[in-house]
Amino acid sequence: MFTIDNYVKAETLEQAYSLNQKKTSTILGGCGWLKMGNRSIKTAIDLSGLGLDKIEETDTEFILGCMVSLRQIETNETINSYFGSAIKESLRHIVGVQFRNCVTIGGSIWGRFGFSDPLTLMLALGAEVKLYHTGKVKLSDFVNMPHDRDILTHVILPKNNQKTHYITHRATATDFPVIACCVSKLPEDFKDNGFRITIGARPQRASLVLDTNGILNDGITEESANKFADYVADNLNFSSNMRGSADFRRHLTRVLVRRALLALNQEV
Amino acid sequence: MAKILISFTLNGKKIEDAVSPDQPLLEYVREKGCKSVKRGCETSNCGLCTVLMDEKPILSCTMLAVRADGHDIITLEGKQQEAEEIGLFLAKEGAEQCGFCSPGLIMNIIAMKNELTNPSEDEIREYLSGNLCRCTGYVGQLRAIKAYLASKEDCQ
Repeated sequence: MFTIDNYVKAETLEQAYSLNQKKTSTILGGCGWLKMGNRSIKTAIDLSGLGLDKIEETDTEFILGCMVSLRQIETNETINSYFGSAIKESLRHIVGVQFRNCVTIGGSIWGRFGFSDPLTLMLALGAEVKLYHTGKVKLSDFVNMPHDRDILTHVILPKNNQKTHYITHRATATDFPVIACCVSKLPEDFKDNGFRITIGARPQRASLVLDTNGILNDGITEESANKFADYVADNLNFSSNMRGSADFRRHLTRVLVRRALLALNQEV
Repeated sequence: MAKILISFTLNGKKIEDAVSPDQPLLEYVREKGCKSVKRGCETSNCGLCTVLMDEKPILSCTMLAVRADGHDIITLEGKQQEAEEIGLFLAKEGAEQCGFCSPGLIMNIIAMKNELTNPSEDEIREYLSGNLCRCTGYVGQLRAIKAYLASKEDCQ
């Protein structure tokens, strides 16, 4: 468990940002992961009084405040009706309802944890994050940025009519995933055919794979799904840990990408 | 370490107190006599420390006491009647052995009853998946919970 010398319930984001410039300061999310360590925190900064626990919807996006709990997202009817079953599927296996009522989307995304289901999901959805100092950053860029002293204030999910399917393999219920896979189909643009595939729990942080070779250009068939699954499995790095070996993860990736694509095909 | 003044209700009783900023709610409510709230793990996984914050189930091991400020906290001690009722269903089905996990489970059953309408077996399993029991295989508990929910339906 961590220790805290000074606790500040921030009154403004500017105050929180200013306090957070010292390396001994820490922004508190839901504390689910923080409590697993023994960090000595000089100044703990609590954002819970800033109204950042709300989900807003505009014509073009959903804006999630960083203090929104995972359970709020899981039970939000509008988000679930827009994105389908993928949202709930990505969250419902995370420990239990009580845990998901505590932990926040800001903490989950800021941490860029390798095991993170929300990161895997939102990377495929084409999400952006809003940082207090830096402004908006694509999640696909943010995921590879080093941790700095900025504050993640919002996660933005664009409404692109994306169809999404989420699937994981877990050694046991409520555990971290051995491997997580999300497949999303955005409308085609001039760069590619719109497929976004993310693989999380490799066990490193989630990676985004695009269909740059156009394997799925003619649509999803058994053959193209197999070929693309091979492409993803063969082009990502995997490592071993107590939950599974790199080879096992590569094998699972091949299976889950194919399954997710075929399931997505039922929706597209 | 500077203590922080908080004001909240615990089982219906208004409390104003100064708390250490790194004290988990679990330890604080135990100090206040709510000994039903237990620590069964160190990893936010077991659900034994479940309490209700503004009627939602949370892990009091993970929630800092300082964050109870302005909220309504209820432990098993504040739900005596419902707890006893659910306990009787659990006992009738021989659902427990050591009983250590029961307070957390009962708190989450109460939360589930308030949040879900006529939950299916899968929905019950999913809602209660964050409550671990190391003595049993959950079969007796599931029988008891279904019987309890059915009795509530009959009352409505």
